[in-house]
Order: sequence, then structure tokens, then C-alpha cells
Amino acid sequence: MADTAVQAKDHTPTVEGAPKPAGALDARLAALTLPQGGFAAAARRDALTRLQDMGLPGPRDEYWRYTDPRPFNAPQAAAIAVPDGQETPLFDTLDKLTLVFVDGRFDEAASDDLALDGVEILTLAKADGAEWAAELYGKLEAAGQHPVRRPFATLNTAAAPDGLLIRVTGKPSKPIHVVHRRASDGADAMWHHLIRVEPGAELTLLETGMSGARSNSVIEVDLAEGAAFHHVASKRAIEAKVGIGHIFARVAARAQFKSFTLAVNGTMMRNEAVIDIAGDDAVAHIAAAVLGDGGKAPFHQDDTVFITHGAERCESRQVFKKVLKNGAEGVFQGKILVKPGAQKTDGYQISQALLLDERSQFLAKPELEIYADDVKCSHGSTTGAIDDEALFYLRSRGVPRERAIVFLVLSFLADALAEVEDEAIRDCIYERLDVWLTLNAVQ
Amino acid sequence: MLKIDNLHVKLEEEDKQILKGLSLEIPAGQVHAIMGPNGSGKSTLSYVLSGRDGYEVTEGSATLDGESLLDMEPEERASAGLFLAFQYPVEIPGVGNMTFLRTAVNAQRKARGEAELSSGDFLKLVRAKAAELQISPEMLKRPVNVGFSGGEKKRNEILQMAMLEPRMCIMDETDSGLDVDAMRLVSDGVNALRSPDRSFLVITHYQRLLNHIQPDVVHIMANGRIVKSGGPELALQVEQEGYGDLLAEVG
Repeated sequence: MADTAVQAKDHTPTVEGAPKPAGALDARLAALTLPQGGFAAAARRDALTRLQDMGLPGPRDEYWRYTDPRPFNAPQAAAIAVPDGQETPLFDTLDKLTLVFVDGRFDEAASDDLALDGVEILTLAKADGAEWAAELYGKLEAAGQHPVRRPFATLNTAAAPDGLLIRVTGKPSKPIHVVHRRASDGADAMWHHLIRVEPGAELTLLETGMSGARSNSVIEVDLAEGAAFHHVASKRAIEAKVGIGHIFARVAARAQFKSFTLAVNGTMMRNEAVIDIAGDDAVAHIAAAVLGDGGKAPFHQDDTVFITHGAERCESRQVFKKVLKNGAEGVFQGKILVKPGAQKTDGYQISQALLLDERSQFLAKPELEIYADDVKCSHGSTTGAIDDEALFYLRSRGVPRERAIVFLVLSFLADALAEVEDEAIRDCIYERLDVWLTLNAVQ
Repeated sequence: MLKIDNLHVKLEEEDKQILKGLSLEIPAGQVHAIMGPNGSGKSTLSYVLSGRDGYEVTEGSATLDGESLLDMEPEERASAGLFLAFQYPVEIPGVGNMTFLRTAVNAQRKARGEAELSSGDFLKLVRAKAAELQISPEMLKRPVNVGFSGGEKKRNEILQMAMLEPRMCIMDETDSGLDVDAMRLVSDGVNALRSPDRSFLVITHYQRLLNHIQPDVVHIMANGRIVKSGGPELALQVEQEGYGDLLAEVG
């Protein structure tokens, strides 16, 4: 009995004023309007049950050791004024199908027609009877709950009102570009995309824009044999934004999953990627380049990655680079799990931070767990400052100090940006990064 | 052009005096060489003149055309016409050689109130100058100094010099790590830049570079000072006899 009492006490939050996790979940759910009916009804009910079983993370949750879950637990989003004008469009030079979301809801009028050869596009709010979607919705999210629980993804499955349902059967001539816009100050945006890429089919998904004072997104990506999925996101948050995003991917034999994110700003941001490499000879790459400036508002950004190798001769790469200044905080939790029998696995993980001052910090928790005996896995993590010698070299050629630092930041981020395969898309990302660096991210 | 007077410099981090009253004057159009044993302060002199952190000037002055260099930021010295060819050029992955060079050229032009070069004009110019130094277009596209051989790095330094058109060029052991052919290429590049209104300060350990780049004056540096100056024959004397006798002679 004494043991039980101690354990129960351990689960009680010690942070002053924090509600008990169960009460927190009730309050969180009470503030939401849960979607009713439709093809996802059963999956949503299931998610709700699972969520009630797991509760919301408390301050002692090991998986939330470096990031405070309270902004995501809170029933309401803290309002942030919508800035004047939207972000300058990115990828303007590319031919693409543009789909607009406003505060997490699909905006049909602002979007291109949902017509693209080789692709079937529906929206979660409207879709009924899409059999493949009914089979997939919440499935990868539920499978991604072991061994670590990710309650905010389950909350999303239960409550997200909208999102895209994309099924790719061919090789479309252009990428799909999802543009997020903000409309209301207190927008608590929640969306859930499903992407199913059929055998041998290919899709490039671009994502840009600002999406709510608080956001919670889930993307479930199901790649069939020999399918390819390229995801490139450029996310500029308003400084005080809080957001959590999950991407769950299942990668079948010979399929390729590649995701790159360029991110700037955000007071409490967490991105989780859960990738299950399930078929032989498959590839999964995930990378991010992050700029954090704690000057205007606190900056905290957490990338949490879990890659499972469950098949032979597969390759995975994690490349995460963060540039931090003015007391900004960066977190990386990355794991490679190699299951028994996943021979000839090639797993690579690197997380690096460039600290532009002494007040900023980077917390990294790289993990390898290997149960096969013929694998190649490596991980590394470094934290450093601007290289004085390189800075002097550039300045000695007449490059002003500010511009020289921009060069060195670009140099630091180059390995992550190299993960964007398409040259035209990569050029756009470089251009945007250069603008952000020149404007406000570096002094 | 360059006038250094009674320059005293110590390392900021430790209380160690490196330059102890160095004086040197290089008139426009002349090439001066500095030779000296290891630890005599040759590289420190080049870093102090170009503005690297970590050194403290405790006494004396250094001016370029009458303007004090020591109060300027490194980029201001560059725009004022000073150039240092590094002994170990720095690799900068992820930054294209061309982007870097164009930024440097235009930053200097802007600082001097001149019009910036258009992409087209810049490209034409850089291709012509690169060809003279046998720098391939592929090398121009690569990240700054990344994957360059020792010789390629030094040729890239001379390319930067040719593009930036400085009036005062300091070359810090540019011959180190060069084979005979590379040394000829680099020297030809330097000689092509010689002109009545451009001066050179060539720091070297070996006389052989001075066969290719012929100096007007050779200085011997020891213990933080110029201890002897003379014509090109002084370099030959060092080559044959070493520093021992020479230093003993000047005390």
C-alpha cells in the first residue's frame, strides 16, 4: 500500500497551479467542439477512448522533460494579434497546385480546383465514403503510440475538424502546395492530413505560411511499395505562437520518405516525427533547419524523432540544425530503433546547434537501440559558436560583419538544406532563409 | 602607401609582447619582402594590419595613405585597399565561391561609394581573371575553398586579390605548400597585378618565391622588429648562410 501511495504521489504534478492531468483533459475536451458523423466517426471515438486512458502529459513525464506541455494542455489558446498582411508567397516561381487553409480550415474559394492528374484530393470536413481514408484515419497515429505516448496526436485524431485526404496513384506533374493563413487572433487551429501514395506513385507536398495562435497538426503518410513522398515545409510562426505537430509515416519496401522543414520563431513549438520503416530497401530522411531568436518573445523549439527499422537494407537519416540567439532554446530528441532481423540497416543521425550568444541553449538526447547484429548506425550532436577564423576571413575581404555571420549561418545549415533534393525548391528555401537572416534573425 | 611606426603589439589573452617597435615604410608601386626565423612575429604583423581579434596594440601606429588602419574594422581596412592573402585560407562549406566573391566585391564598392557590379559584369570579369589563374568554372561554383588542394586555395586567394584590386597586398607565406608549377602560377598572378599604385608586402621563409616575385627591398625580422633591410641580395644571403650570422651581426 505504501508503494502505491508513493507512486500515486509521483504522478501528481508539482508545478504550482497546474491542474491534475485528468482534470486537465476534461477541461481541454470541454473547450472543443468534437466533429460528429462521417467516415472518421469510429476512428475518432476510438481516439477519444485512447486519450482518456492516457491523459495529457504532466510535468514529470520523461518524454516532456525539455518542453513544457502546459501551453498545449490549456483549454484555450492565448490570443496573438494577426499581423498586417500575409507572408510573402514562397515557391512563386514553381508550377504547383495551391490549397489554402485559414486558421486550420480548408478555404475552397482561395484554393485551386482539387484536380490534378494522378491524385485524388478530398477534404476531411466534407469527405464521406472514401474507403481508403476510413481505413487509414488514425491508424498510423494509433500505431505510433508505442513505446511512447503522444496524447496530442490522439487529441488531434479525435477533434481535428478539417484536413486534406490525398491519394496518389500516379506521378503528378506538379507539387501540391498547402498555404496556411491566419484570420482570427485566438485561432486554435487543428488539422489532420491523410496521404496515401500507391505503389510506384510519387508526391511532393509543400507547406508554407502561418497557422493560428496555437496549432495542432497531424499528417499520416502511408507509402506503398516503391512510392515516393517529398515534403518541404517553410514555417514562419508569429513570435508568441505555440504549436505541436506530428508526422506519422509507414514506409513499405523500396519506398522513399523525405521531409525537410525550415522553421523560424515560436514560443513553444514541438514537432514529432514517427517513422516506421516496414519494408526492405526503403529510405527515410528527415531534416530541419531552425532559426530561433528569443529577443521579441521567448523561443523554444523541440524536434522529437522516432525512427523504427523493421526491415532489411533500409536507410534512415536525421539531420537537424538549429541557430539560436537571445536566450533561445532548442531541443532534439532523436531515436533510431533497429528491430531484430533488420539487417544491413544504415542509420544516421546528427543534431547540431550554433549558439550566437551565451544565453541560448541546446538540449540534445540522441538514442540508438539496436537488436540486429549487422547494421551501421551513427549519431552525433554538437553545440558551437561562430568560427572566429572564418568570420575574420570573410570580413578581411570586405564583407561586413552582419553579412559574414549570415554566410556562416548558411554554411552551418547547408547539410540540412542539402536534404531538399529538388534544386528549384531548394533555391526557393535558400532565398527565403536569406531574407529571414538578413531581416531579423541575425544581428 | 603603408607606413608602420614603432609598432608594439601583445597578445590579448596572455601578457606576451610579439612586436616590439616595428617600423616599416612601403612606397607606392614597391614590393617589399619580410623574412625571418619562426616566432619573429611575421604572421602577427599581417594579422594586426588586417584587423584580426586577439591582439592589442600598446604603442605605435600603422597608416595606409595617411589613414590609421588600427582604428578600423577588418572590412573597413579591406575597403580602404588592404588585402591579406592567408597562409591557410579558410574553408566555408555551403557558401559558393562566386557568391562570396561577388558579395565581397560589391560590399567594397558600396563602402567606397562606387556603383555595384551587375551579375553580368561580375561574371564576365571573374571568368576572365579565373582563366588567367587556370581556375576552372567548376572550381568557381564550389563552396569557398572546400575540396581545394593547397595550390588551388592559394590560386583562389590570388583570384580574390585580382577581383578586389587592393592597393596594399600582404601575402602571408603564400608559397607554403606550393609545388613548383603552382608557385609559378601564383607568382605570375601577382606579377600581373604589379603597378605603380599598388604595393606588396611578401612574407616568406624561402628565397625561391622571391625569384618569381622580385622584391625592391628585403627586410629581416627578428624578435618583433625589422633588424636589417637591403636589396634582393639579402634574401640570397639568408638562403645561403641562414639567420645565425646575420642576427649576430646586428646584435
